Amino acid sequence: MSEENNYEPIKKVSIIVSKGSLEGVYPGLIMANGARMEGIEANLFFTFFGMEAIIDKKMDHIKVATVGNPAMHMPTLIGSLPGMSALATHMMEKEMEKIDIPPVREFLGMIHDAGCNIYACKASVDMFHLKKEDFCSQVDEVITVGEFYEKSAGASIIFT
Amino acid sequence: MSAAVAEKVILGKTLAIDADGNLVNLSDWNEDIANELAKEEGIEVLNAKHWQVINYMRKVFTETGDAPSIRKLTKESGVDTKELYALFPKGPAKKAARIAGLPKPKGCI
Repeated sequence: MSEENNYEPIKKVSIIVSKGSLEGVYPGLIMANGARMEGIEANLFFTFFGMEAIIDKKMDHIKVATVGNPAMHMPTLIGSLPGMSALATHMMEKEMEKIDIPPVREFLGMIHDAGCNIYACKASVDMFHLKKEDFCSQVDEVITVGEFYEKSAGASIIFT
Repeated sequence: MSAAVAEKVILGKTLAIDADGNLVNLSDWNEDIANELAKEEGIEVLNAKHWQVINYMRKVFTETGDAPSIRKLTKESGVDTKELYALFPKGPAKKAARIAGLPKPKGCI
């Protein structure tokens, strides 16, 4: 075993997902799953548009943003054509499947089964007039920001 | 194949290990060695389910050159995610790979 430094290994993470696009949702999911794979305790907290990934009716329709994203290298007028976002999403999903990154619903199931807790933000839930029943079954609880900090005791907090 | 950085004696045999502490040579591995490696990971007895995962991992590694992801394990080994974490606490893919005498899995999932 290489002992390169004496830093304390990360033991716990709290990951916040705040964006509802495909590229906004996946980094948080990959980091949560990766944490559990390394034996790191993990919490996932969905807020604002990040909640798209846990709303039962919406989570299977997460899309890549083709407008306002310079890294897509697509002129705004073309990116705004009907179906462009769906097409880009379809292409990206195909590439993800090749490297074994599952669709959002399956991924959340895996992450939850791996022992990661999944929460929705109370303020966002109230703002968007949602109920616990609107979420997929993996959502453990709707919690306040205060409860989020309580549950994050001893954790590194990662905002995505 | 990963590079050997050290040696370890298991059951009287001197085995090359890599930087992650995993066996370097697939051929050094056998079921008795696996039992010893499991003990090092805090698993006292390997049961039938453990073996199902270990054997599946070795099979995939032989076919593809990399240990399977958790997703592949979940979908194809016949042992689901929850059970994988129960069998190999604190990191099933990594631990099962080590016990199976394979290098650490390269994938992110």
